[in-house]
Amino acid sequence: MTAPEPDGQSPVGGPAAGQSPVGSAAAAAAEGSLLQVEHVAKRFGAVTALVDINLHVHRGEVLGLLGDNGAGKSTLLKILCGFQPPDTGRILLDGQEVHLKSVDHARSLGIDVVYQDLALIDELTVYHNMFLRREKVIGPLLNNRAMRKIARERLDAIGIGLKSVDVPVARLSGGQRQAIAVARAVYSDAKVLLLDEPLAAMGAKEAALILDLIRDLKQKGDLSIIIVAHNYGQAIEICDRINLLQHGEITFNKLAKDTSVQELNDIVIEEYRRALLERQKSA
Amino acid sequence: MSETAERAPDEVAALPPTPGLGGGPWGAVKRVGAVLAQQREATVFVVAVLLVIYFWRTAPAFLTKDNIVNISQITAPVAIIAIGEVFLLVCGEIDLSVGFIFAFSPFLMHYLIDYYGVPAVLAVLLSLLMGVTAGFVNGFITVALRVPSFIATLGTGFILFGIMLTTSNAYPANIPAKAQGIGHWIGTYAWAEITWAIVLVAIFQIVLSRTRWGLHTVAVGGNILGAAEAGVNVAKIKYGNFMLTGFMGALVGLQEAFRTNSIDPSSGGYTPMFYAIAGAVIGGTALAGGSGTVIGAFLGAFVLSALQDGFNLIGISANPLPIIFGAAILVAMIANVQLSRLRRAGRTT
Repeated sequence: MTAPEPDGQSPVGGPAAGQSPVGSAAAAAAEGSLLQVEHVAKRFGAVTALVDINLHVHRGEVLGLLGDNGAGKSTLLKILCGFQPPDTGRILLDGQEVHLKSVDHARSLGIDVVYQDLALIDELTVYHNMFLRREKVIGPLLNNRAMRKIARERLDAIGIGLKSVDVPVARLSGGQRQAIAVARAVYSDAKVLLLDEPLAAMGAKEAALILDLIRDLKQKGDLSIIIVAHNYGQAIEICDRINLLQHGEITFNKLAKDTSVQELNDIVIEEYRRALLERQKSA
Repeated sequence: MSETAERAPDEVAALPPTPGLGGGPWGAVKRVGAVLAQQREATVFVVAVLLVIYFWRTAPAFLTKDNIVNISQITAPVAIIAIGEVFLLVCGEIDLSVGFIFAFSPFLMHYLIDYYGVPAVLAVLLSLLMGVTAGFVNGFITVALRVPSFIATLGTGFILFGIMLTTSNAYPANIPAKAQGIGHWIGTYAWAEITWAIVLVAIFQIVLSRTRWGLHTVAVGGNILGAAEAGVNVAKIKYGNFMLTGFMGALVGLQEAFRTNSIDPSSGGYTPMFYAIAGAVIGGTALAGGSGTVIGAFLGAFVLSALQDGFNLIGISANPLPIIFGAAILVAMIANVQLSRLRRAGRTT
């Protein structure tokens, strides 16, 4: 969909935006951050998915990226993990501009992603999934013994109750699958971990497993995490800072402790009202 | 599936126990049943053994040396082509053109030696290279031009068929005199083809179940988007497997030419290709991708060959044979689908 630019809205770093504190203060905070995105835009034919994205994440910080369906969250994630290039704008890692050529390339630089659709292969075993593209080998052959052992240790460390790492992942529950996908990314020497809707379609018990996992990662302190999420409450609970993505732009940037579900809701409702008004005007 | 297929017994034992598996003799029977359900080749292996026993009992000539050579020569070409088709089916593709690569490759060798004075060994290598190139073209049309492989290889198969017919005027040719010497180990020697088949099956079963290439082939066929997102080079896997199949087609074409001591425009075509796919399916390879085994395909090819040969020995007309083949494919497919449903039902949580 072509997102009309909200009146008076301007990208982060420009003149202070109307509804949220994403002005020069945020731009200053961006300095010295681990990952920085500047003026990234992306179009698909007539559809402008991202208008002008500016965001940053500090070392060891958990950034929540919230927004409606179609706001451009998934597109942004695909750009950050190297799956597709942006049309314009630049990405800086540790202050150095990087051109992410592929998922593999991004991963080699330390940016790893866990997708909403999990990218797990149903037919493969738990440990083969965990090591997909990073297999342990002896000469030309897979070192299944080593992979099985390491997978076992890592999953035990995370505390997901899995009887065997030899079963195909098709047999696991949604929470277990998500945990395996997260574990796979965590143990890849990632500096920045991108999580796409890690709690989507999950029951409270399973969500708790993932929230615990993210909390553990946070305590280790050296991993930066960007979480794309729908649920404001969960995001405020788990994240250090919240960014709101609307119409392909970051329109809100606050520390999680300085905002509330109420505030985020109000912003979104405000937006619906404006969209409704525009519809009525054009009708 | 390839994972369960190559699993050591201790690992099978480590699987979550199926509810209701008790001790005692009846428990042992149930455990054997569970292993059969897990290990796809086991089923077709049992069928193969039963067939051998049946034909041996009804026609003792079945296990004579001459007849074993005969069965091996029916099995080998199908099994070798099936190696390529298994890799393609597992990664979610198919090659209908391989039988025409088969048909063209000995003609190319003949042209190179007799018309262009190319040394025999080089001519053989160039014919194999033609197969690899044809596979690359199949891969290009499928991957880069996004034509489904069923249609892409239907088209390239016709083109290869036409090239072979046009260049040969549809006349058979003799094996070039210069190539006679090297033909022994390629296909003239009675046990040559089955030896190639067994060695290649062993190598490529290991490639499929024990190497990164095999793992990525399964990943591409199981969840192509997921594999790409995990960083698997999907295009490379598909190109590679089309090229592998093309190579196998060219190799079998040369072997069959040497074995029959003639280069025949009517050899190859759709029959060996469909037999290879049938063998793969009977051996437990899923047409939808994501799972399959090379050893299973070899056993499948053997079962088809044993049926063909055995009915011939017993004196049953060859006419109803396709009915048996068709039924065997359907039974194998139905069993595969139902067994994988059972496997999925056995969730661990």
